[in-house]
Amino acid sequence: MTTSTLNGTTNIALSFSDEQAMLLDSAKSFCSHKSDINAVRSLLKSDSGHNPDVWQEMVALGWTGIAIPEQYGGFAMGLGSMVPVIESMGRHLLGTALITSTLAAQAILRGGSEAQREKWLPKIVAGTVGSMALLDNEDWGSKLCGVSTAISSSSDNSSKIVLSGKKLLVADATVADFFIVSINHSGNPALAIVEASQLAANAISANTLIDETKRAATVDFSGVTLSPDALLPQSEQALKDIRLIGALLIAAEATGTSAATLDCIVSYLTSRIQFGRLIGSYQSLKHPTVDILLQMDSSRSLIYHAATLLDKGPEIGPVEGDTEVACRMAKAQATETLLFAGDRAVQFHGGMGFTYDCDAMLYIRRAQWAQHQYGDAQHHRLHLARLLLD
Amino acid sequence: MSQDNASQAEFRSQVDAWMQDNRPADPGFLLPQTFMEVGSEQVLDFLREWQHKVWSAGYLGMAWPKEYGGQGMSRDFQRIADEEMKRLQVPICFNVIGLGWAGPLILDNGSDYEKEKYLKGILNAEDIWCQGFSEPNHGSDLGSIQTRAERDGDDYLINGSKIWTTMGNYAKYMILLARTDPQAERRYNGLSFFLAPMQVDGISTQPIQKITGEYGFTETFFTDARIPANCIMGEEGQGWRIAMQTLQYERGAEAGAAGGISILSIVMDDLLRMAAEIEREGEPLLKDPVTRDNLIKFMIEEKALQLAEKRIEIPALCRDYPNSIALSGKLRSTEFFRRMRQYALSLQGAQGSLYVGDQDTIGGGFWQRAYLNNFSTTIGGGTSQVQANIVGEHVLGLPKD
Repeated sequence: MTTSTLNGTTNIALSFSDEQAMLLDSAKSFCSHKSDINAVRSLLKSDSGHNPDVWQEMVALGWTGIAIPEQYGGFAMGLGSMVPVIESMGRHLLGTALITSTLAAQAILRGGSEAQREKWLPKIVAGTVGSMALLDNEDWGSKLCGVSTAISSSSDNSSKIVLSGKKLLVADATVADFFIVSINHSGNPALAIVEASQLAANAISANTLIDETKRAATVDFSGVTLSPDALLPQSEQALKDIRLIGALLIAAEATGTSAATLDCIVSYLTSRIQFGRLIGSYQSLKHPTVDILLQMDSSRSLIYHAATLLDKGPEIGPVEGDTEVACRMAKAQATETLLFAGDRAVQFHGGMGFTYDCDAMLYIRRAQWAQHQYGDAQHHRLHLARLLLD
Repeated sequence: MSQDNASQAEFRSQVDAWMQDNRPADPGFLLPQTFMEVGSEQVLDFLREWQHKVWSAGYLGMAWPKEYGGQGMSRDFQRIADEEMKRLQVPICFNVIGLGWAGPLILDNGSDYEKEKYLKGILNAEDIWCQGFSEPNHGSDLGSIQTRAERDGDDYLINGSKIWTTMGNYAKYMILLARTDPQAERRYNGLSFFLAPMQVDGISTQPIQKITGEYGFTETFFTDARIPANCIMGEEGQGWRIAMQTLQYERGAEAGAAGGISILSIVMDDLLRMAAEIEREGEPLLKDPVTRDNLIKFMIEEKALQLAEKRIEIPALCRDYPNSIALSGKLRSTEFFRRMRQYALSLQGAQGSLYVGDQDTIGGGFWQRAYLNNFSTTIGGGTSQVQANIVGEHVLGLPKD
């Protein structure tokens, strides 16, 4: 038992550097300018779900290199500094593949060989998009290795790995330059790098998502042939780490969206008049809105706690102990908060809330999407119980 | 907890050793969790003796001046002593209104005469203090205070009544908020603040039986009670400002309070220990998936509460609603503890239907009493519903109803 209140050691580390504060300010400002609600709506039906010019600006701002060590062209600010950036993106529903590409970079950084790092990380900093291809079924608790491999002997006598199987809900697959695929390699979990150019024609079939600001696809990796050096040597630990870091980044994004949802509610409650009164004066609306604020406060405390712990440890050490607890708590709290906020946002807008024109629609749909990314709340509580109660 | 330097670390272990050696044996009754649970002479005597002992050992009022019974040391030492007392779960220092409210106020605002007269008795528990702010029918709306204080020669004549007076029947002094000017244009300007003696003619107390069946509060009646005019603190009409100043000291030794722990806290640990000992279907409750899920929900909430205390010190992470954490703290924590204690009882099975006094209760009925007593926090000092209005209006900017 690494962390427990049973032995009286609760970790409540929380810190935020001046650099992080500056990053938060600039990210907030950037996202509000580049992704106002009209910009968000204009992208809902687009193929990529984001504006490529905005992505290039984010790359120019250095966001793709925040958590990458200097020797690979990054800024070595740590994953804790991704949290304010991602939170700000969530606040303005700013799409792009930054989350999944950050995770792909972390997979290579944590699980890859030196050659793989040197090849891929500088490219990611420069804007090359990697995406995580993890899911085989609806269960984040499974081993996520359903794509199986076969060793085929080819004419030049070197062993080749041939993939067979599909991955579900691969984020931003259509714009990804490469994928980190979790596979079952001779019975063992492994991660492999697959370049988009290696995929068969029509391998990517886009999903229709409940959250129209997000993009994902089913990707069929069948027939892709890899040489053994496409495998990440430290796959197992990297896979575990990525799932926890992914949970934290989704939690950060959801916390930003909760703040936006709260703003949306407050703005309506302070302008809409019914029965001769501003509706925000009714306690039946006021008190649940306060509940949303309190829950959002909890989410924010928890995501920055996790960010603090991630940056305290070694740059690429395993995500475990208190840090694992913090990531899981953050995800469980943040997406439940957004579910509650989005649900109430629709309800409190009355008839208007039932329409597509009402922005509450964007938030409730994001909430439903976010809860299922990198493990839902119940999944994380199950694992927290094992960490904290056994 | 900040890092101790060498002398602080030495002091910490010295406190630890003293507390281990001197903590009282089990008195045979449930120790009060707060100073609002002093319902009998037996409990009173026990707590009085303990506080006197802690003070005699030099672990109370450490940052107060020596001439008034303190130690004249840095506040850090009192903080360390408090941390150790909390950790070791020794009994509370129960004279809370004196230690945490009246004492620091007198230190800051009082004359030498007042300091001489009052401070030592607060520390050594000889003089018990109570607080007379709330009135029947006005709840926590202090602006509506009706109790009158009329100047009559060298005295003030007090008429009216106060409610929720903690230890009103044992107290020697009361910090009293009363109306000296009913005509004042702004109702807050008509209030004055007194350090009032309780043992005078015309003051009577009526113990209130709480939801727990125990006592701890009184209603206090004033009928032409005559108190010396020099009992007033500050000037007439400054009562509201002084009352608000008094509330600032509640934050503990850092803010000037004498120290000592004022509450025996119940934390998730206590609930987890209980869940580990109860069996369902032949398995410890701690193995039951539904219970585990619920416990983890509470643990996440507890962690978030603890983190809020730290985040409030980082303004960059509080930009949206800078006063949110401060104004919602009472609402969040009191409601959390209410639900957590309620849940604890729900886990006790048939034994949960027993109460304090039954020999088969779990922990002597500790959770039963704690749950019921918790309503003093979700109701007292502004109900949770009033708190939610305050947060909605002052943090989110929602209109008043």
